Amino acid sequence: MQFKKIIFIILVLGFLLLVNYYVPRRMNPYLFQILILIGINIILAVSLNLINGFTGQFSIGHAGFMAIGGYTSAFFTFYFGRNLVPSLTSILLFPWLAKSVIFVSALILGGTLAALAGLIVGIPSLRLKGDYLAIATLGFGEIIRVLILNIDAVGGARGFADIPGYTNLFWVLFFMLLTVVVIRNLINSTHGRAFLSVREDEVAAEAMGINTTYYKVYAFVIGAFFAGIAGGLFGHYLMYLHTNSFTFMRSIEIIIMVVLGGMGSITGSILAAIIFTILPEFLRVVKDYRMVIYSLILIILMLTRPQGIFGLKEFSLLTIRNIFVRKEQVAK
Amino acid sequence: MSEFLQQLINGIAWGSIYALIALGYTMVYGVLRLINFAHGDVYMVGAFAGFYAVKWLGLAQEPTIFGAVAVFLLSMGCCGILGFVIERGAYKPLRKAPRLTALITAIGVSLFLENAGQLIFGADPKFFPQIIAKKDVISSGGIILTNQQVIVLGVSLLLMVSLQLFVLKTKTGKAMRAVSFNREAASLMGISVDRIISITFVLGSALAGAAAILVGLTNPKIEPLMGIMPGIKAFVAAVLGGIGNIPGAMLGGMIMGIAEVMVVGYLSSTYRDAIAFAILILILLFKPSGLLGGFTGEKA
Repeated sequence: MQFKKIIFIILVLGFLLLVNYYVPRRMNPYLFQILILIGINIILAVSLNLINGFTGQFSIGHAGFMAIGGYTSAFFTFYFGRNLVPSLTSILLFPWLAKSVIFVSALILGGTLAALAGLIVGIPSLRLKGDYLAIATLGFGEIIRVLILNIDAVGGARGFADIPGYTNLFWVLFFMLLTVVVIRNLINSTHGRAFLSVREDEVAAEAMGINTTYYKVYAFVIGAFFAGIAGGLFGHYLMYLHTNSFTFMRSIEIIIMVVLGGMGSITGSILAAIIFTILPEFLRVVKDYRMVIYSLILIILMLTRPQGIFGLKEFSLLTIRNIFVRKEQVAK
Repeated sequence: MSEFLQQLINGIAWGSIYALIALGYTMVYGVLRLINFAHGDVYMVGAFAGFYAVKWLGLAQEPTIFGAVAVFLLSMGCCGILGFVIERGAYKPLRKAPRLTALITAIGVSLFLENAGQLIFGADPKFFPQIIAKKDVISSGGIILTNQQVIVLGVSLLLMVSLQLFVLKTKTGKAMRAVSFNREAASLMGISVDRIISITFVLGSALAGAAAILVGLTNPKIEPLMGIMPGIKAFVAAVLGGIGNIPGAMLGGMIMGIAEVMVVGYLSSTYRDAIAFAILILILLFKPSGLLGGFTGEKA
């Protein structure tokens, strides 16, 4: 069983490397950029779904975690990583391997710092619920943004330029898969049941002996970690970071993905992340009316399908089979 | 010392505008338990309504008191109607839906108003004409108090006091308090909940329109995205004072205005947006019910 798993992982990684080799050469750069952004948005939406959808907390500060991860990892690669490349190459033989090691450690560093911030933000969730928690997380997100704006080492108001462009399709897809697999497995584990119980009925969960505070903070930490990684990928893709990319509108975009995909549905989040990354691009044909139509679509979707595209359900091939099987049974 | 007093005066004038916007939030939150994210954008529409009213009445050339009052009422009227349309069109169908759904819809309405505003009014900032000529009432010892600041403070105090009287003394006000206390019970007592909610929206939005004209007096730059930050900060002010509480919203607005002006004056203007949220988080951590809110245990 363990052996099969390893083979499977190697096959997946091989496939990602192949994709990484061929796709950028065949695809036009505009579509390629959208593809990268879809990957990053999936990481963000799925990680926020852990906090908002599965644990039932309401965070509008995800862009803040993303900013921490992005700036930390960019700071690391910009000031230390680049100088380490030659010396690491002499040990690891290949420059690309050295760069990958640096990039991954930068991302993990960024994710860890974001997780730390998640811990700090998670603590008020001991006392706050619903709208109050929402507005507090919004506040944290904005404070993080303003603080970064005042740090001169990362460019301040000029923005952080000349970040090495380490992000490629392989790393985006790799971390996207990692996020989805980790969060899916977490939800299906014992811990996952605890998350769901906090969402469904906090008092009952507490009565059953679940440490609700622990699980709330836990959800914040994990969600923030992956948001930090997404921020790192984002920064090393654009090679430039500015705090304007991390305003609360950014957090709201991610929330829109989570809510419209269905709170508590990972596949829903993935689908909504894809749709809501492509939709604004698609609406470019209508030029000035683009964002007006975008917001109207949002309102109409909310009025007609408030539970999101998938609601609480997950999409899988089994679902499709079940639909057909049911139809056959009805026909009989 | 005189500099401090000057900052205090500016802070109070600025805070009374936050207080007016915060009243709209607090009232809507009181009856619907909804953070009406679109409220800041209603305020923006109010500013533009005032801008076009001034143009239409030809007040930019010869400002008169009657003209200023007319602009004021027109803007309040426009915002009131807009508030009514938003409530009926977007929020009423969601009365029974989860609160998060209504919140996302509010964000959608906010985005819609911002982008439609950019399309209709143009994205570039406009200059709000001086409808009341600026004069110094006091200018001695390094302190300047302009007539505009006096008007801002006077008008907002007048509006707040009349709102408080309306809520406490009239039958509709009583019905509003009943709905915010318990919607089901209120409807069982024969109160038309939908009507009360609509009235609340109209009143709150009209106050945002009033705030917009007052801002136009002192900070004449208007643009379609001007409502985002004041909107959020006014909500913070409402939470700070104790949400659903009218004197609380006034107090919260004043504190926010003064804190912000002080930070800009003595620290750095870049920290301006952070101070509001820092105050908010401290308040939420130590007294989640707000300064004037009663004790309710955990806020649900």
